[in-house]
Amino acid sequence: MYGWLWRNLPGPSWVRALVLAVAALVVLAVCFLWVFPAIAPYMPFNNTTVGGGQ
Amino acid sequence: MTVTATPAPSRQLGWHLTGILGELMVTLGVLVLAFVGWQLWWTDVVGNRAQADIVTNLHWAPVPTPAAAAPVVVDKRHDASPAIPEPQHEVTFATLLVPRWGADYDRPVSQGVDRAGVLDRLGIGHYPGTAMPGDVGNFAISGHRTTYGKPFNRIAELQVGDPLVVRTADLWFVYRVTSTEIVLPSKVAVIAPVPDKPGAAPSERMITLTTCNPMFSARERFVVHGVLDYWIPASAGFPAEITGGA
Repeated sequence: MYGWLWRNLPGPSWVRALVLAVAALVVLAVCFLWVFPAIAPYMPFNNTTVGGGQ
Repeated sequence: MTVTATPAPSRQLGWHLTGILGELMVTLGVLVLAFVGWQLWWTDVVGNRAQADIVTNLHWAPVPTPAAAAPVVVDKRHDASPAIPEPQHEVTFATLLVPRWGADYDRPVSQGVDRAGVLDRLGIGHYPGTAMPGDVGNFAISGHRTTYGKPFNRIAELQVGDPLVVRTADLWFVYRVTSTEIVLPSKVAVIAPVPDKPGAAPSERMITLTTCNPMFSARERFVVHGVLDYWIPASAGFPAEITGGA
């Protein structure tokens, strides 16, 4: 998977490394801003109220 | 002689798929670690900033520092305070100050106890339908003990007699801790008008804090009860408890 990505990206190796690093940062940012806040309420910890299961 | 070192095509494909599966699992592992980092660190960064902004944007008079000569109130009121109507969902109507948790501890209290609307975003939440500050009954609030700015992080440090100071736009309320208990999440009676006696008619002005117990778990709830000591109008000054005078 990553090997295939590396072989098929254009440019010299430093350009490819940069592209992959930026892509990883974008994935992390999307997770921090949208994915993690969306799944956090379903995690089995962190509930503070009595009753209601919140 | 024939060469037999080349593996069969199906076997090559099997190794290939195993490699992809391994890379996917490593990726998933990294994402799980990122989630832990987000939950334990980033939600506090965002939560602390957001809750401080909410308090600032209330534009209430800043609390005098202990060093400054603060107008300390002697006329402590014990009669009925002006009734405060219950606000709309997600409206911030009070702040909580707890000297035991530091002189600069001042967190917003908003209406509602759902996580997405209030607890994860605005900090401390007020159980809808329970008493408002100063009312006869039980002013019941909840907050995170870990993550999302963790407003109730140091709840286990509270001692009997510690002041829990609630501030609204016009009034100050000084409650004092009377007891703490650890209960199962199903025990709704802790926020009843008379705590632990559902159905009983209240005669005292109580406050109740609920949060998770143990930390990072939802197995139990840590509960703190308190009773109103006195109240003062904001125009009269500041309670001595928050200015280092008590």
